[in-house]
Amino acid sequence: MAYLELQELHRSFGSHIALNGINISLDQGEFISLLGPSGCGKTTALRLVAGFDRPDHGRIVVEGRDVTGVAPNKRDMGMVFQAYSLFPNMTAKQNVEFGLKIRGREKGQRRGRVDELLELVGLGHAADRYPFQLSGGMQQRVALARALAIEPRVLLLDEPLSALDAKVRVQLREEIRRIQLELGITTLYVTHDQEEALAISDKVAVMYGGVIEQMGTPLDMYTAPLTPFVAEFIGTMNRLESTVVDGTTGEIDHDGKRIRVDAARGRSQGERVLVLVRPESLELAASNGTAANGNTLAGEVITHTFLGPVTRLKVTGGLIADMSTARASALPVGSSVVATVPTEGVQVISLPDDAPTLAGRDPDDQ
Amino acid sequence: MVWLLLTALYFLVPLIATFLFSLRKVTTNACCSLAAYGFVLHNGDFWHTLRVSFVLALEVIVICLILFVPTIYWVHLKLPKLRPLIAFLALIPFVVPPIVMVVGILKVFKGTPSWFYDQPNGILAATYVILAFPYMFFSLDAGFRSIDVHTLTEASQSLGASWPTTLLKVILPNIRAAALAGSFLALAIVMGEFTIANLAQFHTFPIFLQYVNETQPYGAAALTLISFGITWGAMLSLLLIGRKRGGQLPLAAGRR
Repeated sequence: MAYLELQELHRSFGSHIALNGINISLDQGEFISLLGPSGCGKTTALRLVAGFDRPDHGRIVVEGRDVTGVAPNKRDMGMVFQAYSLFPNMTAKQNVEFGLKIRGREKGQRRGRVDELLELVGLGHAADRYPFQLSGGMQQRVALARALAIEPRVLLLDEPLSALDAKVRVQLREEIRRIQLELGITTLYVTHDQEEALAISDKVAVMYGGVIEQMGTPLDMYTAPLTPFVAEFIGTMNRLESTVVDGTTGEIDHDGKRIRVDAARGRSQGERVLVLVRPESLELAASNGTAANGNTLAGEVITHTFLGPVTRLKVTGGLIADMSTARASALPVGSSVVATVPTEGVQVISLPDDAPTLAGRDPDDQ
Repeated sequence: MVWLLLTALYFLVPLIATFLFSLRKVTTNACCSLAAYGFVLHNGDFWHTLRVSFVLALEVIVICLILFVPTIYWVHLKLPKLRPLIAFLALIPFVVPPIVMVVGILKVFKGTPSWFYDQPNGILAATYVILAFPYMFFSLDAGFRSIDVHTLTEASQSLGASWPTTLLKVILPNIRAAALAGSFLALAIVMGEFTIANLAQFHTFPIFLQYVNETQPYGAAALTLISFGITWGAMLSLLLIGRKRGGQLPLAAGRR
């Protein structure tokens, strides 16, 4: 039996449907991230679990007990907020101690637990500092210690790293995962940062328009997206809108160019599909003035974006390719190139007319 | 620097002049005698009216805090659309002249029990709460705006705190400066309000001040300075009490 279950949760605000029947199950000790763009319903779902809001329909079940109508202060859920939420009138130590005081723990027991948790988040030395004397990262660490102090049944994290700078964000997300694994606490994490979600979660649920588009392990989400939206939201993806020409050989037509991909085999002729190719899978080479042939698409390099070990090249026709910086330097901006689409390891999904996509969005801007 | 000096003079000259005036002898009009101070400090009415006004001020402050802190907290938390309406209502005591207010209040409450109608701690305190409302509201409103009410409340609740605990342990300490500012203003209003107390025929400190002013010019000057010192002393005490209870923190520490 699942430890935490969100069953058919619906929530509307006026005419806006924030959640449209989502179902999520977490096993004990599991770390699941709700990932999606702003307004997808992920924070609404978390607030329903925390008890700050009530669903229109559906249930929230923890350890087999329906807690949908239980007040937030009776739910035993530790929460870390996006905004800095430490009580400004209390020191770090007093903040962590607050929940234990509410629960009537003895002073000695409280102090021991507070010291232990502040050490766990690496802030034993800052116990007597007030929030305004702590950096953003330190404040969120104290907030994490405070949420964990009450030994919650579930830990809820609502974009806790979004106000921090990039370096602290990476460092802290690893610490969150380390602590979560160390304590074995069931965790629901909300973020709009796909890199963050993929890096630390056991499972990721990608949300869009109040529904879960796909849920699975980070690897599944990256390598086998089931919908156009997930394909585009998780990582950067070349999306080639195509029509199946021959389902037997896997031949498809993209912008009048015939290419062959194994994943298109078995599809019916004339079917509209989306061929999804990761930038690292697209092979770029100088065209040397010859026309594109074989499984290739021709184009011209528009931009170079230096990303450290790799350089990302944007090519006319909406193509993006990642290659080593050394190789990329041989293909300067303006040079004619051919991009080879691999026949294997490419995802093909049906393209329904009403499929939600990030249409109009620069595929590189993710 | 010049402006600072001019500003200081603007406030200090009347005080110095009052002080010098208060030192004159009643018989010869010459300097210097402390007789006027002796007259005030040995006057039983002085101590009586001072006590009445102080108790009244404390009562008004307590009622205001009990009424307005939870109300404004709730408005900020759950009913933000009501805020402009309350801000508008808070302006009414400025618009309605005190004389109109007191006549109306006395007529409306005529016939109520004498413990309320005939006592300064009853009807007068209730009227002063109305007078203090705008000062208290705008001070507290600014305090609530300076903290992240929603996040602090939710953080407190997620840790198991009830509504009263959240209000007393989390919210109130973080709007302490605003609550103190409102309390200072309420204290100043009660210690200086004349029209309503006079028309309602209550013997408060400002009434005594007016009486002395009419009968003892040097005594009135001495009384003015004494009341000035007492009021500032009371404010300082409130400030010290507030500081002692809440520790040191910047006003807007709770905001992102």
